[in-house]
Amino acid sequence: MKKMLLKGVRIADLTRVWSGPLSTRILGDLGAEVIKVEDLRSRGLYWQTGAEEQDSMGLGLFPEGKPGEQPWNRSGMFNDYNRNKYGVTLDLNTKPGKELFKRLVAVSDVVIENYTPRVMKNFGLEYPALREVNPSLIMISLPAFGRSGPYRDYLGWGPEIEAVAGITTLMGYSKDEPCRMGYAYTDPATSLHAVGAILLALLHRRLTGEGQYIELAQSEMATSLIGHQIVGFSLTGREPQPQGNRHPYAAPHGPYRCKGDNQWIVITVTSDEEWKAFCSVMGNPSWTRQDLFSDQLSRWKNRDELDGLVEQWTSQHDHYSVMQMLQKTGVAAAAVLDNKEVLSDPHLKERGFFWDVAHPQTGTFPYPGPPMRLSKTAPTLRKPAPCLGEHNQEILVGLLGLPQEELTQLEEQGVIGTKPPSLE
Amino acid sequence: MSKQVLSHVKVLDLTHHLSGPFCSKFLAAFGAEVIKVERPGEGDVSRRIGPFPNDEPHPEKSALFLFLNTGKKSITLDIHSPTGVEIVKKLVKEVDVLVENFQPGVLSQLGLDYETLDKINPRLIMASITNFGQSGPYRDYKANSMVEYALSGHMYITGFPHKEPLTCLEYQPEYQGGLHAFDGILGSLYWREESGQGQYIDVSIQECLAGQHEYTLANYAYRGVIQERLGNRVDIDHPITLYPCKDGWVSMSGRMSLNQEPVFLMVDRLDLMEDPRFQTARSRVEHAEELDAELMPWFLEHTKEEVFQLAQELRVLGGMVLRIEELLQNPHYKAREFWQEIEHPEVGKVIYPGGPFRMEATPWQTTRAPFLGEHNQEIYCGWLGYSKEDLVRLRGAWVI
Repeated sequence: MKKMLLKGVRIADLTRVWSGPLSTRILGDLGAEVIKVEDLRSRGLYWQTGAEEQDSMGLGLFPEGKPGEQPWNRSGMFNDYNRNKYGVTLDLNTKPGKELFKRLVAVSDVVIENYTPRVMKNFGLEYPALREVNPSLIMISLPAFGRSGPYRDYLGWGPEIEAVAGITTLMGYSKDEPCRMGYAYTDPATSLHAVGAILLALLHRRLTGEGQYIELAQSEMATSLIGHQIVGFSLTGREPQPQGNRHPYAAPHGPYRCKGDNQWIVITVTSDEEWKAFCSVMGNPSWTRQDLFSDQLSRWKNRDELDGLVEQWTSQHDHYSVMQMLQKTGVAAAAVLDNKEVLSDPHLKERGFFWDVAHPQTGTFPYPGPPMRLSKTAPTLRKPAPCLGEHNQEILVGLLGLPQEELTQLEEQGVIGTKPPSLE
Repeated sequence: MSKQVLSHVKVLDLTHHLSGPFCSKFLAAFGAEVIKVERPGEGDVSRRIGPFPNDEPHPEKSALFLFLNTGKKSITLDIHSPTGVEIVKKLVKEVDVLVENFQPGVLSQLGLDYETLDKINPRLIMASITNFGQSGPYRDYKANSMVEYALSGHMYITGFPHKEPLTCLEYQPEYQGGLHAFDGILGSLYWREESGQGQYIDVSIQECLAGQHEYTLANYAYRGVIQERLGNRVDIDHPITLYPCKDGWVSMSGRMSLNQEPVFLMVDRLDLMEDPRFQTARSRVEHAEELDAELMPWFLEHTKEEVFQLAQELRVLGGMVLRIEELLQNPHYKAREFWQEIEHPEVGKVIYPGGPFRMEATPWQTTRAPFLGEHNQEIYCGWLGYSKEDLVRLRGAWVI
């Protein structure tokens, strides 16, 4: 039996979509017992559009684009964020749903939720109510804009949070050509912070016996990630501009086209020494000896011309081989990998980064493993993402002691189940 | 300052630049005593990086340094000298955590690898944050934010389809590395209470990022789709994009595949509900250009604040793109008392973001960043028992 960092920690997980589920996946990988509590309708987001269109649209990402008979159990996105968790269904709008949830909270260490603030209030399941059943409970909420202030009830997904938090204004090719990041950065960033907050609270409870409530406003978390810009503005009064692919002093710097369709390399030359190494890899072509490029400042000032010449060289080579040639001589360079290439990247493979997880309804696929390598308490894979309501029996009857006949009744009332109601 | 959750934790901070300092900043904010070891003379490289007030570089006035090093104590030490190595070993006996972000192999060449330090202090938790981890073919590769974005798959999907890939927000790969190390250290501290043992943590920034766009990875793994750059659009529905408006930009996520009525109501174009081009998510994506043409005039007639408030009123996902200056004046952030002012003797009052989350019992608390070597006497004399004369000798020998 491997040693698990969070063995014995039980988490009642009400979170949905990305930021919350990734938080509890990280904790689950570290050994926590995560019990994912879902409303029977809550997986709709992953499959409804995809199933309706019977093609590859939507967030579902079904194997070969096929939703299948139970699309709610076949979503790639869902399966990715929910390994190592138990899955139970509960309708928290109903009295028996609330009662059972409180019984779960009574035997849990942590409750985590990422609803807008009014939802838990409407359920009557805010921290003071839950602490009555578990005085040393740790609870964390991940609202978009926080539980107070004028925007408290506002909706926000990653892109809206980034916009308000000051991130979007820093992104783009230039000030007049803003461009969002290709993924919702605040979601995984929230997860890393939430894990830290929960671990701090667990440590505090281990030392003092005291639980606590934690509020993580995703907008504030996002703004804290550009704290250097806040401090910078405070010191200079100057509004920062999107940096694009340029560097404040290094040239060459940026993406250059390589051989093949849409293949790119990024290169950064930050010193005279690296420039010399870079030139020798290119075979010291005569243009490199022009006065235009004789020193760091000249190269930076003449970077438009320089970029064109560099690209003439890179475009004759494959992106991986340019990376290897340059890195060998100490110049920072990297192939711009697409999703397929990331999954087969030799370095990530050799380090065993991807975990193959077998799921009963989708088969086996590779998923990112945990990036924290802990020498004595290595994260472990214990189970794939749960099917909807898969562990109702095990958790509600086995853990919470619900009599079997009541479980059957709840199923009949639609408080629990294994199928979204609209399909019944 | 009141007792904090990490008040009992001492950290030897051998980090510089971005990733490691971000990690130890968090440890300090929750109460750990962080001893930041800087190179004699120059100090942390981030002291050279701006912006600086009036564009006048000064090692105590760098915005980057002042942001990343709040709440820490600074000592100077040349760890590349044999005397420096011995001093590090003495410090290791006194601390709970060591965090470093040198290139792989640097510390082991100095005889400061985990195996050696574990023998000196078996309760030591040591975290190494590197670009590519401690093993594998890219182990010794050089990197910066852009290189990390490229090799983790983020850059390929960021930018416009007709243009080159765009590098994402600066410093975030390094900050993510720091956050992962922070989490690993906290988990290890928790586990140490039970086991009495420390452990070693290897964080690869490439891995931190490669796990952060998983929609994309699943897209290939599950259905063989290579995710291309889509600019400000996505392929699951439209309008999910940035729109220009009267005084800037707004970010819209529409209704995420649900009924679009509130979106069309917002722009006063309910007639679009009947338009065959915009009936399903798929057809809205296919006719995104045409839909933009229908919607854009309305946006251009409204301010970003108007769009934001109206969208939220109608429960449409909408956000306004705030500039930093606007953010600092924003009423929501003000009402939540997010900003902190920290006085610094060299630059005066500086505005900082508050903590990234709010813990009721163990809040984030912070003080200004240290001057170079400000705490030499406190640590060398107080912790290690050197005399003031010893410090003069070590200084003369360029060790501190």
